[in-house]
Amino acid sequence: MAQKVLMKGNEAVAEAAIRAGCRLYFAYPITPQSELIEYMAKMMPKVKGTFIQAESEVAAINMVYGASGCGRRVMTSSSSPGISLKMEGLSYIAGAKLPAVVVNIQRGGPGLGDIQPSQADYFQATKGGGHGDYRLIVLAPNSVQEFADMASEAFDLADKYRNPVMLLADGLLGQMMEPVEFKPAKTEEEIEKLNKQHYDWCMRTNEDGDDRHHHEINSLELDPNVLEKHVLSLHEKYKDIQKNEVRYEKINVKDDNEILCVAYGTASRIVKSAITELQKEGHSVGLVRPITVWPYPSEVIANSITKKTKKVIVFELSLGQMVEDVKLAVNGKLPVDFLGRAGGIVFTPDEVIAKIKESL
Amino acid sequence: MQVIAQRPKSLRDIPFTYCPGCLHGVAHRLIAESMDELDIRNKTMGVAPVGCSVFAYKFFDCDMAQAAHGRAPAVATGMKRSRPDMCVFTYQGDGDLAAIGTAEIVHAANRGENITVFFVNNAIYGMTGGQMAPTTLPGMKTSTSPYGRDADDIGYPIKASELLATLEAPYYIERVSLLSPQEILKAKKCVHSALKYNKEKRGFTFIEFISTCPTNWGIEPIKSRDWARENMLKFFEIGCFRDKSKTVEGGK
Amino acid sequence: MPKMTVDPYYCKGCGLCIKACPKKIIRFSEEINAKGYHYAECFDQDSCIACKLCYVTCPDVAITVEK
Ligand SMILES: Cc1ncc(C[n+]2csc(CCOP(=O)(O)OP(=O)(O)O)c2C)c(N)n1
Ligand code: SF4
Ligand code: SF4
Repeated sequence: MAQKVLMKGNEAVAEAAIRAGCRLYFAYPITPQSELIEYMAKMMPKVKGTFIQAESEVAAINMVYGASGCGRRVMTSSSSPGISLKMEGLSYIAGAKLPAVVVNIQRGGPGLGDIQPSQADYFQATKGGGHGDYRLIVLAPNSVQEFADMASEAFDLADKYRNPVMLLADGLLGQMMEPVEFKPAKTEEEIEKLNKQHYDWCMRTNEDGDDRHHHEINSLELDPNVLEKHVLSLHEKYKDIQKNEVRYEKINVKDDNEILCVAYGTASRIVKSAITELQKEGHSVGLVRPITVWPYPSEVIANSITKKTKKVIVFELSLGQMVEDVKLAVNGKLPVDFLGRAGGIVFTPDEVIAKIKESL
Repeated sequence: MQVIAQRPKSLRDIPFTYCPGCLHGVAHRLIAESMDELDIRNKTMGVAPVGCSVFAYKFFDCDMAQAAHGRAPAVATGMKRSRPDMCVFTYQGDGDLAAIGTAEIVHAANRGENITVFFVNNAIYGMTGGQMAPTTLPGMKTSTSPYGRDADDIGYPIKASELLATLEAPYYIERVSLLSPQEILKAKKCVHSALKYNKEKRGFTFIEFISTCPTNWGIEPIKSRDWARENMLKFFEIGCFRDKSKTVEGGK
Repeated sequence: MPKMTVDPYYCKGCGLCIKACPKKIIRFSEEINAKGYHYAECFDQDSCIACKLCYVTCPDVAITVEK
């Protein structure tokens, strides 16, 4: 039986990525994700993988582009300011239909901001960030275990849809230690098999027994009609993702909920403990926790509203970004209220309880 | 009768998208011929830049990736590290390599990344219509230096080969000219060496081509070569800046 | 017998081969190719010495030289 180990989120996600078959990792140091790059520096050589401390996040994401173009499982990670620099590369990766995994250990912004946990990169992660009509699949863990599990899920999703996947965590999850149980590591044969899945499109000269190919890894198309077709094909893919890959957790969502809360990641942990407290006092409060923040569980939120529900309240470690998606989901049926903190400040369960009580 | 010169196999049967008389095509041919001669067509992957040579990914008959502006050396790094068995090269213009992509080229060279970089220096931004490049000569007029490049204001042109030759790691750095058949024949030898060293995994190799942009210089093809000879070669000296095969430890 | 041929499919009529040829036996054709260029042609194959300089200088790799 697999054994539980106590680990920081940053290290757990790195270990899980290696186990999932990631053999190339490129990144630039930044707090609060440095344990991740340091773990990779230590462990990649042990599995004969590639670790490069790149000259910048821009270079790192473009190394990812090159490795992914060769059909390899490849990852990069950073924190908010560095993720901004990766946006150019992500747009190219999405445009060229390449799988890749990017971890964002969010910190307070804008600008250099601070190094405290934040959720202020939600817009950037879910609404674009880079240029053009593209989407990232964005998974938002709320525990070290989930963070680790999501690493392998992220690689599978990236491969399945040939699309970049972002793990959207924050400084708290990155730094926090929790027990985690890992999946067995993929063997070299299994990894080779995974790489072979990409043989119909990746650069693979001399790898598949065939000694020459002309594959083009490319996002350029000057003919607007052809480009539109390409973007429409991406769009079809995004529709499939929206249909098949929405993930969420419902906590205490019941017919008698007076209040429905929505929160993801670190914020959802705090809301959850607040709800438990309120339950003891006899209040019925539900929580929908989006696990994928894109695709967004809009229907689940809409369907979690009952005749008893008076209000929907969104909690975020920002001054309100996901709240816009919740409003779209609720579609005017109920008032949508909001509590958020900025600058890397994490609200306490008491602040959450007080906010909910305003409406009870 | 025997064919003694024809299109190399490493070029696909697609006409180049360059303007008439633009020497990008000559650089392409030298690379493709060397690939044929070294028998590495089936062992090569290339990276196209952003610039007039953006379509290079269509022209070479091997696996090709198209990179974001300036990022080709980083993309090539990702490719080479994924496929150490392959020869990986980038093809970049002066805006791509010496302006927006300065960090990527310097650090790929500094890592001694086992790739070959082909750098086409035509002293101007071709694709976007003739703006000032990091290699634009002092006093040279472009659409964004309409009064001539003022070196006191915006600095002197960057000598990429000399710059990279300050680093320890690069194995081979040479600047060549494409301005006459004789010079092209010399350049060919250097391109061949660079790819040969690449095949032998000796380290980072770099060829800078002194080229032309007849269209944006507003000088017809033949005269544009004369203009380049008179002006560019004075500033950008032709020659070898590093060849470790000629030193004791590099010649192994 | 040396022979130089230009493939009109590739030629853009830049004239660099005309300049390169030591025998001065290359000129622009009367005809135009699909792209509208007066492509290069050899008007005196007998004088060709197969030096390949036209091929070497051609930026569009349009020339074949035989010997
Ligand atoms: C991020 C970004 N900035 C600007 C551009 C616009 N752009 C396209 S090509 C180019 C200059 C290319 O010049 P150079 O590298 O000298 O190549 P040439 O066209 O002369 O061969 C620029 C600025 C771009 N495509 N991407
Ligand atoms: S614009 Fe200049 S560099 Fe670009 S293809 Fe035309 S001549 Fe060549
Ligand atoms: S091979 Fe030499 S002589 Fe013959 S046409 Fe070409 S340049 Fe002229």
